[in-house]
Amino acid sequence: MKRRKLDVAAMPGRTARGLDERFNGATPLRKLLNKVFPDHWSFLLGEIALFSFIILLLTGVFLTFFYEPALTEVIYNGSYAPLRGTPMSAAYASSLNISFDVRGGLIMRQMHHWSALLFMAAIVVHMMRIFFTGAFRKPRETNWIIGSLLFWVGFLAGFTGYSLPDDGLSGTGLRIASAIMLSIPVIGTWVTSAIFDGEFPGTIIISRFFIAHVLLIPALLVALISVHVGLVFTQKHTQWPGPGRTNNNVVGERMFPRYIIKQGGFFMVIFGVIALMGGLFQINPIWYFGPYEAWVVSAASQPDWYVMFLDGSTRLMPAWEIHIPIGDGYVIPPLFWPTVVLPGILVGLAVMYPFLEARRTKDYRSHNLLQRPRDNPSRTGVGAMALTFYIVLTLSGANDVIADKFHISLNAMTWAGRIGLLILPPLAYYITHRICLGLQQHDREVLAHGVETGIIRRLPDGRFVEVHQPLSSGHEELEYAGWVVPKKMNRLGALGPAIRGFFYPIEKPAEAPVSPGHPPVEPLPEREKIGSGDQRS
Amino acid sequence: MTSDNDRRRGLLGRFRRERSAPPSRGRRRLGAAVRMIAALALAGGAYTLFAPGVQAQENPPLTGAAAEGKALFDVSCVTCHGRNAQGVEGRGPSLVGVGAASVEFQVSSGRMPMARQEAQAARKPPVFTDEQTRQLAQYVQELGGGPIVPEGDLQRGADLAVGGELFRINCSQCHAFAGGGGALSSGKYAPSLAPASDRQIYAAMLSGPQNMPVFGDNQLSPEEKADIIAYIQQTLKADQDPGGFNLGRYGPSTEGLAVFFVGIVALVFTTLWIAGKS
Repeated sequence: MKRRKLDVAAMPGRTARGLDERFNGATPLRKLLNKVFPDHWSFLLGEIALFSFIILLLTGVFLTFFYEPALTEVIYNGSYAPLRGTPMSAAYASSLNISFDVRGGLIMRQMHHWSALLFMAAIVVHMMRIFFTGAFRKPRETNWIIGSLLFWVGFLAGFTGYSLPDDGLSGTGLRIASAIMLSIPVIGTWVTSAIFDGEFPGTIIISRFFIAHVLLIPALLVALISVHVGLVFTQKHTQWPGPGRTNNNVVGERMFPRYIIKQGGFFMVIFGVIALMGGLFQINPIWYFGPYEAWVVSAASQPDWYVMFLDGSTRLMPAWEIHIPIGDGYVIPPLFWPTVVLPGILVGLAVMYPFLEARRTKDYRSHNLLQRPRDNPSRTGVGAMALTFYIVLTLSGANDVIADKFHISLNAMTWAGRIGLLILPPLAYYITHRICLGLQQHDREVLAHGVETGIIRRLPDGRFVEVHQPLSSGHEELEYAGWVVPKKMNRLGALGPAIRGFFYPIEKPAEAPVSPGHPPVEPLPEREKIGSGDQRS
Repeated sequence: MTSDNDRRRGLLGRFRRERSAPPSRGRRRLGAAVRMIAALALAGGAYTLFAPGVQAQENPPLTGAAAEGKALFDVSCVTCHGRNAQGVEGRGPSLVGVGAASVEFQVSSGRMPMARQEAQAARKPPVFTDEQTRQLAQYVQELGGGPIVPEGDLQRGADLAVGGELFRINCSQCHAFAGGGGALSSGKYAPSLAPASDRQIYAAMLSGPQNMPVFGDNQLSPEEKADIIAYIQQTLKADQDPGGFNLGRYGPSTEGLAVFFVGIVALVFTTLWIAGKS
């Protein structure tokens, strides 16, 4: 019997065939791997959130190995000398141990925290991209709603995580959270008692937040993210208008091999950035805050940046109490409006926006092509308005730090925030709207008259005119195609920019051809300057 | 009349009740005149006794250092704090009884002399040398007494853990968890503790400068003050920040800035790079 030669080159194919014969994976996998993604930098912002979520899961699992979710009192006896002998909760002591005694614990903690901040930041930036390009329009309203819910679930994840170390800062945050819950009319006291199992802080809140933070909320996040990404697959990705791109196709790269390699590289870069930040920038130095005690509240006690807008709205809210004379009298505290009603309105507005816009513009068609922000000035204006509102609130959340470090009166900061919150958003709307119209007009001008060449010609009658390079061979006006209009001479033509490369040119521009009959042209000799003659040296 | 008297039953009323009958109108008038004259004489006499006359000497006489201090005072401080440090309405408070600790804190940290009247005097390079500061302090001390910063090592026998706890309870509300300072109302602020020396921190606790409350020896004993000073100097200032660059230790506000200006900016450039390679 002839021994068969082992054919190494055929092995992957044979293995794959064997797997397909058993699991029938080829058909769905081919569909998946052949999926086409359009290529544009702004389509990669959501991936920042997705990949930082993966890093959150990885670092978080590491932290659970050493974290003890209990409020039992212990005497700290670890490496950090200035707290040795201090009574504290087991949760805080274990967080200190992670920071000082567990090998690699501090960088893991810091990476976890930085990736949480990055996760939320990427969600907001990604959301802005979706909003300003109109990617939320039919048929993608559901994904928009899921995305805005993801922000709030991430918000909860962040807040529960911020509370877990049980240091002075997180306890202060928890106290504020309990006050917010208490401010809800009628059910406030019941909600607080249910969550804290009695009066604040109780003995069980850390264990409850721990389970919420490591099990319930991540499960919800994973579920929502899966649906979110799944919907992108089934509904296809949106794309910018351009040559060959229509509302009914997707032009781009296949998932395999190029896109998946790019994504793998992108994950590595994100991991690298988070690891660098975790290693280089100190975040949440819990050892300075000390164990949480109800009577210890530090100056500049702030929540993480994505909660800061609620802190800001609380700081700006005037102390308007509403007294309702029923029975022994009933009070709606001012805290209720900026911390319960305002987020409620924000969630409602964000969720409803696709439907509101469709209703206003009476546009109920499906849109798979994106719009440039300038092409829809009202939407871009509304986005700028919302963003300004959010930024004013966030800055007001840090107004004591700003007041102190920039030597401004805190009272002035508060009033600037109050007035700015009302004045700046409409102003941002107006300015953005006008900028969009101006950009549109310039696009149309270039399409009608051509690119400015920078060449000034003097006409026989003495006038000066700039020479324009028309975009079309004829002199008819071109139709705006919803995409970038070339505005410089070196952007003309179908080839794109002449010199390629992002950081440095990857190809040298070709030398000007020199024909053998003609010697290279010498530059003109320097001419003497012609002056009035009185500047002799 | 009687009911009126009953109502005004005070110390004087009790003496009056000894009398059997109310005095006649003439006697009452005479008595009032006598009382008036006596009161005027008493007030005038007291004034001549206590008020410094034109040629009056300081009483008691100042020691050498204090006399030097007074000379400095009369050049640099008198505009606002007035002659003999009695204060000028609307410009500067009286310094009688504030003690040497207060002078030492305000002058050695450059807060006094003030550059201008504003919400709060800011720290700046000191105008006076240590020697001059001591002379000024001696002068104010001899005017009316007051708290003094003790000599010697102010961190002796300190317990860092106790100091940390006391710091977080008493100081962090205004100076923030890492001693970086914080805002108060209307342009006032708690300054950063980074440039403060042991003696300045001790003097501040004793004298309660500007908006700071006084932490006298019955609130924080000298040992507890030593603990706090040791915590500030050895932990907050000397700590090497195990987590890396501390972003100014301002808490989550600068961390939020960092995640946008470092994280998001770096990654948006990465997206441009990745998408540019197609």
